Amino acid sequence: MEQHKNIAEDELVVEQKHHEFLTENTDFEMRSLDATCFNESELQHPWWHNFKYAFVGLLFGILFVKAEVVSWFRIQEMFRLQSFHMYGIIGSAVVVGIISVWLIKKFKIKTIYGEPIEFVDKKFNKGQIYGGLLFGLGWAVTGACPGPLFAQIGSGATVITVTLLSAIAGTWVYGKFREQLPH
Amino acid sequence: MSLIDFIKQPWPWYVAGPLIGLTVPTLLIIGNKTFGISSSLRHICAACLPGKIPFFNYDWKKEVWNLFFVGGILLGGFIAFLFLQNPEPMIVNPNLSSELATYGITNYDSLVPTEVFNWSSLFTLRGFIMMVVGGFLVGFGTRYAGGCTSGHAIMGLSTLQWPSLVATISFMVGGFIMANLLLPFILKL
Repeated sequence: MEQHKNIAEDELVVEQKHHEFLTENTDFEMRSLDATCFNESELQHPWWHNFKYAFVGLLFGILFVKAEVVSWFRIQEMFRLQSFHMYGIIGSAVVVGIISVWLIKKFKIKTIYGEPIEFVDKKFNKGQIYGGLLFGLGWAVTGACPGPLFAQIGSGATVITVTLLSAIAGTWVYGKFREQLPH
Repeated sequence: MSLIDFIKQPWPWYVAGPLIGLTVPTLLIIGNKTFGISSSLRHICAACLPGKIPFFNYDWKKEVWNLFFVGGILLGGFIAFLFLQNPEPMIVNPNLSSELATYGITNYDSLVPTEVFNWSSLFTLRGFIMMVVGGFLVGFGTRYAGGCTSGHAIMGLSTLQWPSLVATISFMVGGFIMANLLLPFILKL
């Protein structure tokens, strides 16, 4: 009986902590510019827990190479409307993503640690247009978005390390001049 | 056909697309992480060269999972290259291959055209624009837009965020302009 009560209390603590994070954090505008910085877990884990993300990434890298998502040629075909391949991949990924998120919301599915999964709305700013256009130019010329850059290097195109370093430099320059840019 | 031979073939879109889509619930369920790859570039800046820039002064160690994730992608690419490589050259649309042949691109053995993406062409104008300027645009543009194809086109659209739809359309418009209007001139350099 006593034990049951404790478990219930513990769950309550986790629940409250998470909501506290969502209500008290007022930095969403800054954070929403970054795709990963919101909806994060409040739990503390030892560092080696990160290997589970490395494993998902590993499967993802194999997938990227085998489906030729990281192929410069497939990207050219996409932007020349010469192949359905990339449209099929992005389209079906989005459909599966929408269904998954809908199921998570509908059945209030929690993480394996029992944390609730919540979503934060993205705010519109003009950077999504200006930055989006600039990224599109880069995507078509390099044949890679950020994820495929890593997979291309892994699959033997070592010179893409330079492209990756340049992308990091681009991110840094954006951060440096962020205040002066129209948003 | 053995299982390995089966895997070695290029995977069709209807296998790869849904698997990429499943990354969204996987990352949410194993640790409340929202799918997004371009953020890793920001975390690398924050970890290595934060300077006095507010945009890079945050607790990047809390986001270290993202660096493990991209490290996994790198390793996955390596494993696919070593053990699961398709022995045949890539088959592309004949219109594309005849166009690329006019720029001296005829090798389809690698995922990138080796005539352009190699260490010695890095010091040519064509190679510099395509690798260095292109990479800069990828890094600058994704951060300016607040995400890339994973953060906006997959995660953002999965959660029905209209700003992500705007961003995704902008990505495509930029790509169409580059591939059809600008790239022919760059490839001729």
